[in-house]
Amino acid sequence: MKIFRVNMSNLSFVAEEVPEEWKVLGGRGLTSVIVAKEVDPTCHPLGNKNKLVFAPGLLTGTMAANAGRLSVGAKSPLTGGIKESNSGGTAAQRLAKLGVKALIIEEIPQGDKWYCLHVNKDGVEIKEETELLGKGNYEVIHTLTSRYGENTGVITIGQAGEYKMSAANISVKDPKGHIRSLGRGGLGAVMSSKRIKFITLDDNDGEGIKILDKEKFKKAASIFNKGLLSHPVSGNALPKYGTNVLINILNEAGGLPTKNFRMGQFDGAEKISGETMYDTIMSREGDPTHGCHVGCVIRCSQTYNDKDNKYLTSGFEYETIWGFGAGCTVDDLDVIAYIDQICDDIGIDTIETAGTMMVAMEAGILPWGDGNGILNLFKNEIKEGTPLGRILGNGADFTGKAFGVTRVPTVKRQSMPAYDPRSVKGIGVTYATTTMGADHTAGYSVTSNILNVGGHIDPLAKEGQIELSRNLQIATAAIDSAGLCIFTAFAILDSDPVSHALIAMINAQYGTNWSVDDWFNLGRQVLKTERAFNEAAGFTNKDDRLPEFFSEPVPPHNATWDFSGEELDQVHNF
Amino acid sequence: MEVKVKLFGDLREGRFKEEKTQLEENSCVIDIINKHNLPLEKVAICMVNSHVAEFGQVLQNQDTVAFSPPVGGM
Ligand code: SF4
Repeated sequence: MKIFRVNMSNLSFVAEEVPEEWKVLGGRGLTSVIVAKEVDPTCHPLGNKNKLVFAPGLLTGTMAANAGRLSVGAKSPLTGGIKESNSGGTAAQRLAKLGVKALIIEEIPQGDKWYCLHVNKDGVEIKEETELLGKGNYEVIHTLTSRYGENTGVITIGQAGEYKMSAANISVKDPKGHIRSLGRGGLGAVMSSKRIKFITLDDNDGEGIKILDKEKFKKAASIFNKGLLSHPVSGNALPKYGTNVLINILNEAGGLPTKNFRMGQFDGAEKISGETMYDTIMSREGDPTHGCHVGCVIRCSQTYNDKDNKYLTSGFEYETIWGFGAGCTVDDLDVIAYIDQICDDIGIDTIETAGTMMVAMEAGILPWGDGNGILNLFKNEIKEGTPLGRILGNGADFTGKAFGVTRVPTVKRQSMPAYDPRSVKGIGVTYATTTMGADHTAGYSVTSNILNVGGHIDPLAKEGQIELSRNLQIATAAIDSAGLCIFTAFAILDSDPVSHALIAMINAQYGTNWSVDDWFNLGRQVLKTERAFNEAAGFTNKDDRLPEFFSEPVPPHNATWDFSGEELDQVHNF
Repeated sequence: MEVKVKLFGDLREGRFKEEKTQLEENSCVIDIINKHNLPLEKVAICMVNSHVAEFGQVLQNQDTVAFSPPVGGM
């Protein structure tokens, strides 16, 4: 395999040998190690010294199910700390098949021209781009698919990225030509700072994936793949209802943040629930179940049609529906679907902008419950790059400052996801302490708190939450390094044969002799590397805290956020 | 006594979303499961008045009891 390095200052490309210490790293493990080694932690995230690193996971491109995730890392313009964001789509497997361990983009061009990159077996071509500037992601993907053919992978930024908004994401074409997002932390702005509108990938005649012991790999992969399908969550619940099945459960548990985290239950929950969404999809001839990359056997994604049975959006997730729904007290699933579509098109993170809209409602920019008002802010302000749009596009924290709002649900300047940290305390510990800023995927304690996966810990009590979040953060950093979709974690956590099969696959592919413990050590190492970067960037343990308003009780349980700083600091004691 | 029963996900199929059910005094969660023929292996999460509950928990008049099959997301 090779490291592909692109320098945007002199528009050059070089293929380098993979250093020994990077050989058994991939995904988040590799992006974080490269960012930590090569990026000055104190640099401006949109300046010449930041780097944007793309890496497929350790298992990406193999027959391991659900291993097609692409990790992207950089210093985040949103948090100011290290960032890794990952997504499915058509890019990671192509990079892996081309033998690209990582694609590193450094420096910024002189002058104001825009560029695109084309990655193929011969390396990276850097070309000037004019035609697709100012266009949304859907148009970029359609144009490039006709320019280069159906089989081309596409990584792109929309208008939000071009404006260098801190909430801008990077989008990846999925197998159906729809959009998956590297959502969090403003990585689209970093890509834009390098003046790259899109990257296309052609894996024809690539060197392919090297597996040292193919027979062993095949056996382990078969156990792993079957294990995912026989687990009740990944085998049945996710394919049918998608992630939005969580609305009713979290609402019932009193953990569905409503009206900017004022309540834990939303009167309109049933109307925006996974069950309602499933019925709507079926009655409009949509598709409730498909995968975001080839080889996904869980297939939690779906296409959601409008009232005339025409395609409206896909990858319509719980977080998005919660945020613009319960978070903003909007109970109209169609309006939320239109919002999701425009967010995909202009390339902006739905969790960050949902938090932003809650703050905008606090500020009186629009009334609570005004779904069409949200849609108009995206269409007329953010997409157009007006002064108001640029404030909103920079996220919840920035918007709070601009309008003097103090009720801003962020940690390390990143908006909080769809679980109230007071009534699902385990996830609050993760929000506070992850290196990423408020992020649920970094240590999804909702598993044991609410879903009864991997044991049960009372969501309203403090006992066991620090340890739970720590263990999950470590396991997740390892899973993210393998290029596995996080939904494999349900089976990995619950079943020893599945977790052993995972390690057996890595050993068979790379000739390592890892034990389960070595696997967790990888996760520990990733977290320590990220934390050291953040410390050098100026973060202290005082940044591992929730906003002050979480000391208010949240109904129905009247739960409060009651962890002390000393308790939270224990998370990183390993 | 009367309790409110809520069903989520696949448990709704051929049953209901939400219904009031009459029960003998001192009934437990498991009595509702039996009464509505909920397949035990499909009841992964059970809540009484928004608190996670065991099948043996004794119910009170006007309690709300919710059942969910195994679910996941993020
Ligand atoms: S389970 Fe969902 S998120 Fe994971 S790889 Fe499949 S479609 Fe993508």
